[in-house]
Amino acid sequence: MPEVKRGDHDGIQIDLISGARMENMRSMEKIRLILDSVRDGKIVILEDGLSPDEESKLIEVTMTEISPDNFSGIEIETYPHKSSDSGFLGKLMGRDSTKKLTVIGPANQIETLHKDETLISALISRK
Amino acid sequence: MFYPHTPLHERCSEVQESRMGLLTELRDSISRVTDRLFSASEPKRIGIYGPPNAGKTTLANRIARDWTGDAIGPESHIPHETRRARRKENVEIERNGRAVTIDIVDTPGVTTKVDYKEFLDHDIGKDDAVRRSREATEGVAEAMHWLREDVDGVIYVLDSAEDPFTQVNTMLIGIIESRELPVLIFANKTDLEDSNVKQIANAFPQHETVPLSALEGENMDEVYDKIAEYFG
Repeated sequence: MPEVKRGDHDGIQIDLISGARMENMRSMEKIRLILDSVRDGKIVILEDGLSPDEESKLIEVTMTEISPDNFSGIEIETYPHKSSDSGFLGKLMGRDSTKKLTVIGPANQIETLHKDETLISALISRK
Repeated sequence: MFYPHTPLHERCSEVQESRMGLLTELRDSISRVTDRLFSASEPKRIGIYGPPNAGKTTLANRIARDWTGDAIGPESHIPHETRRARRKENVEIERNGRAVTIDIVDTPGVTTKVDYKEFLDHDIGKDDAVRRSREATEGVAEAMHWLREDVDGVIYVLDSAEDPFTQVNTMLIGIIESRELPVLIFANKTDLEDSNVKQIANAFPQHETVPLSALEGENMDEVYDKIAEYFG
């Protein structure tokens, strides 16, 4: 299928990345994929999100890449963490609470309008 | 091992370095084992975490002044005033006839974005703003590193007049829980008119929320009771 490049249209590219595509990637590969896309002006939506440890590393790597007038960081949104399934019993029952839909984009292009336990409302704009 | 093209003195030096490396590794391993053996008696390192401007340094200073007489660092209404993790060691807190000793680590406010232009709104020149933003990014990275590697418990400070449902809070609480660190949520700034402690408690019902005003010193008795209970 021919790929439509961002420059071909005056719009914002959104990449929806499946859990299957991410599951065999190492943490740093995931972080690199996300940051390369976001720095390119894309909005990335992850079907399964990142683990807490990967989120921590994503923040750390993002900080090292921020530069004045070039890249001011990321906006990331997931639903609030629910701890009920993260205990021993939850893990035993195969309920992996780290899986959560995650939206990531350039900080200067996404603005969160509202967020609560069940709803995330965001405004995506051009630069 | 045969080294056909290496002079004798270099080979000797390599063997010596290799032995030194082994000795260093052995010493480090012994040190790690003894660290674990004696860790129970050492003060626990308690990281003070939260978003920028939640009052982390004000709280750290309040605790340090109350029990040691010294402050930890400068407080300010400008975001990212704390741009390096600062530690106050051996803070001995006495509760109900027993003493609890902790090391307090005041960390820079965690965020996923830093724009130097935000500092310009606080009458700071561009060069200074760029320098502050660079230091702030380094500070946040350092804070994340401390959280993954070097703290034994967390005091999570929130401004009770602000919405707690932010991504930084969601992620940080998730990271803390995944590391199974004991955590206390401190709903700070109860002296503000818009303070809403219930909203904080509802946002993180799985954790204990303690209301306080670090600035005014309100409810500090309960704060110290909980610190002793959770981290003692």
